[in-house]
Amino acid sequence: MIAPTPTSPVSVRDIYKAFRRKTGETVKALDGVSFEAKAATLTALVGPDGAGKTTLLRLISGLMASDAGELEVVGVKVAADPQAVQDRIGYMPQKFGLYEDLSVQENLDLYTDLHGISAEDRKAIYPRLMEMTQLGRFRERLAGKLSGGMKQKLGLACTLVRSPELLLLDEPTVGVDPLSRRELWEIVLKLVREEGLTVVVSTAYLDEAERCDHAVVMHAGKVLAQGSPEDVTAEAKGRTFILAVPDGMPARSLQARLFQQHGVIDAVPEAGQVRVVLASAGDTASLAPNGAKDAPRPVPPRFEDGFMVLFHAVAGQAHRNAMTLDRPQSVDPNAIAVEVHDLVRTFGDFTAVDHVSFKVRKGEIYGLLGPNGAGKSTTFRMLCGLLPASNGTLRVAGADLRTSRAEARQKLGYVAQQFSLYGQLSVDENLDFFASAYGLRGRRKADRVAWAKRQFELDQFSRLPSGQLPGGFKQRLAMAAALLHEPEILFLDEATSGADPMARREFWGRITSLSEQGVTVIVTTHFMEEAEYCDRIVILDAGRNLAEGTPAEIRSHAAATGGEEPTMEDAFIAIVEKSRNGPAAQTAGNAA
Amino acid sequence: MIAAIHFRASGRLRRIAALIRKETYQVFRDPSSIAVGIVMPMMLLVLFSYGLSFDVKSVPVAIVLEDSSADARGAASGFELSEYFAAVPVKTMAEAQRLLLGKTVDAIVRIPPDFARRVELGDAEIQILVHGTDANTARISLAYAQGAIGVWMAREAAQGRIIAGAPIGIESRMWFNDANESSYFLVPGLIVLVMTLIGALLTALVVAREWERGTFEALFVTPVRPGEILLGKTVPYFVLGLVGLALSVAGAKLLFQVPLRGSLTILTIVSMLYLVVALGIGLLISSLTKSQFIASQLTMVVTFLPAMMLSGFMFDIRSMPLVIQGITHIFPARYFVSLLQTLFLAGDVWAVILPNAAVLAGMGALLMSLAVRATRKKIG
Repeated sequence: MIAPTPTSPVSVRDIYKAFRRKTGETVKALDGVSFEAKAATLTALVGPDGAGKTTLLRLISGLMASDAGELEVVGVKVAADPQAVQDRIGYMPQKFGLYEDLSVQENLDLYTDLHGISAEDRKAIYPRLMEMTQLGRFRERLAGKLSGGMKQKLGLACTLVRSPELLLLDEPTVGVDPLSRRELWEIVLKLVREEGLTVVVSTAYLDEAERCDHAVVMHAGKVLAQGSPEDVTAEAKGRTFILAVPDGMPARSLQARLFQQHGVIDAVPEAGQVRVVLASAGDTASLAPNGAKDAPRPVPPRFEDGFMVLFHAVAGQAHRNAMTLDRPQSVDPNAIAVEVHDLVRTFGDFTAVDHVSFKVRKGEIYGLLGPNGAGKSTTFRMLCGLLPASNGTLRVAGADLRTSRAEARQKLGYVAQQFSLYGQLSVDENLDFFASAYGLRGRRKADRVAWAKRQFELDQFSRLPSGQLPGGFKQRLAMAAALLHEPEILFLDEATSGADPMARREFWGRITSLSEQGVTVIVTTHFMEEAEYCDRIVILDAGRNLAEGTPAEIRSHAAATGGEEPTMEDAFIAIVEKSRNGPAAQTAGNAA
Repeated sequence: MIAAIHFRASGRLRRIAALIRKETYQVFRDPSSIAVGIVMPMMLLVLFSYGLSFDVKSVPVAIVLEDSSADARGAASGFELSEYFAAVPVKTMAEAQRLLLGKTVDAIVRIPPDFARRVELGDAEIQILVHGTDANTARISLAYAQGAIGVWMAREAAQGRIIAGAPIGIESRMWFNDANESSYFLVPGLIVLVMTLIGALLTALVVAREWERGTFEALFVTPVRPGEILLGKTVPYFVLGLVGLALSVAGAKLLFQVPLRGSLTILTIVSMLYLVVALGIGLLISSLTKSQFIASQLTMVVTFLPAMMLSGFMFDIRSMPLVIQGITHIFPARYFVSLLQTLFLAGDVWAVILPNAAVLAGMGALLMSLAVRATRKKIG
């Protein structure tokens, strides 16, 4: 007997789930959570790392059992019969479990067989899935050789081989570039709007939550608020303003100052200005002494603003995040920290980096942006001396990387995309190890380790194995380790990937203060709005340099192609698509 | 109703077939599966058979002849004639000792000055000193030395002269291995290692890999049942194990001319039983650890090392201390080794085959049911 799909395919009532850490303490992953997902709607679970989003989705899919509470999915009590639920829903875990040594087609075939789709139905489904995901050309390619965005689309296709009654997506866009992210969302929205599928998606991207029907804002296992995105947005009503930045001052400097000010909940750089959310509506007085050029201009709030208001109420004022270097470096705006000329890197007959050139001045924050597979990481590895260049010149901190790699390395710090510290070692042991690896010893080593722990507020976790640190602190530790030897240049590869809004703001606060003290920072990121923190950015695609300039200059690319006040993301997509469609497509567009 | 049941059954078969197909693709595409399943067995076969040999031949031995009588020379000639020894005549015991310490010779045979006189009295003694660093070779050399003296005594006996006393000939003929080739022992034992690698290690690795890569999480939220997942893992590696068996048996017969005196059918059946046991261990370990690293370490300690050391493959169980002998009963490899050695070298000896096969079958059933119980569609 199959239960009919009820009006609420997901009904969660007062769910509790606790885990015991290896260190013995108990973590309340879910602490009395309730929500309902109505049929044919899109529900977003929004919240920072560790809010309990993944646990909640695993409970709904019957992969975990709750400690207390009631959970009904597609009309079935999950705890009593998880298999009945699993027969009828689709679930895409955070890292979708594609078989990387199976081709796209073989992965799909596996899932159609597991779902018992007849050969006849298959003929109808495959073309539809291929059209939806644009994977038709890659059917024979091994899943492991697909880009991050394509992998996610294939994962989605695998869960959609049999129209499920409910689709659960766990952070489907983490690590996916803006282009693929937009495509993925178009697919999901189409499924909900046109085919009446019920979807529950967890996300740390707040602009994604804005597009859903129902948002559940979570923090530390509790629901802070739920309702339509407009309800969440309304929390910030009358509190959002734009401040113009005085000439000659980077927007991020004003933003960093405002962010830590009492009475200000949130501040982010936006289109060369600063957007602020105030603690109480209309209290613009607290903005006065910050040297903003004109009077604050009120703007309508966004989902993110409302989220920050809710978040501020439980998490309190932002952490102190300015950093003080023991030895601030001289700021010489004319000195060149990194010079890349005609850089080429080939792997066999594949050109990963194709004649890229750029210069980064001392103390600048420089952003490398591009879709998955654009050549960002390859460029990065060459800059850090981890990978030899096939051709071109690379000068980092005055040293030629082709001839004096060791000398250059001593002057740079590198934070890799993945957490690359020793998970079994404690915070102290990791710092001690990296300090020794950089050749620090004795008094100076002790001073530097103490400095790093103080600046990154790591003292409370000294003895904790670093693998068990909360997400944001792992990233802090990675950055602390990279700064131990006082490098002149800091390389950060997708440092904020998967980080929640709070952690990202904190991170950028640190970067801003480092740059003010003369440290050159080069970053890659998938969050386009983060490009606003950079002095200049370069956009790469297919190994080529598509555009370079200040955030304002880059944004103007989108303005030229139409649309009012384009976001950085619009500009990015416009630039990449223009280049991909080639000159022919461009002419066609002009003619129209 | 019947249609519904049929539909369900066919759905189940399709799911199992899909999982087996998936696993087979992975075996062929993943070089590490081929390495563990095919290349490693072949390497072991060659390595163990050519590189590791317990055969003792042409052991350099210093002969100290302190008596120049005919009897003494006769006894010494036993060593000179034997193919197992390369005799080095030396004058004094001191020189012989120097050679032994320098490892120029592996043993000293000292025939004392009063040898001939004591032969007449009936309590003659010959001193044999063996370099003991390689215990195995030492023990065998000692036995051969006694054999060599036995040869001399037999020769004398044939001439009607009975020599009594210490150097008594000892029956040291090796049963079922008349040629005294250690490859006769080693190659059948090798099948145990191959089966263990494929059955336990490879299976533990591929299951743990699914946990690590998160592929199980997506797979679980489908109509697939835990038992089907297990079956999908078992069948391909069972087949791969049989391929490994075929390669080892063919290698044994063709490369090393090891006789197979028992029946091939029984060999196949008992190997299948052992494979089930090994698969059960592999599945159980990986379900419990969920990490490739720990799974491989644990499998090595629980299956591979015992299969090598405690199964009777390399070291005779009867020569182990009693406690260790008791421990060997826990490890399935022990039963399989006795089955293999019997089947290869002795033949279909039912008194050995039946009890050992029964133990393997029992272990297989127990481990498989534990593995089924340990595999749940749950995360964390």
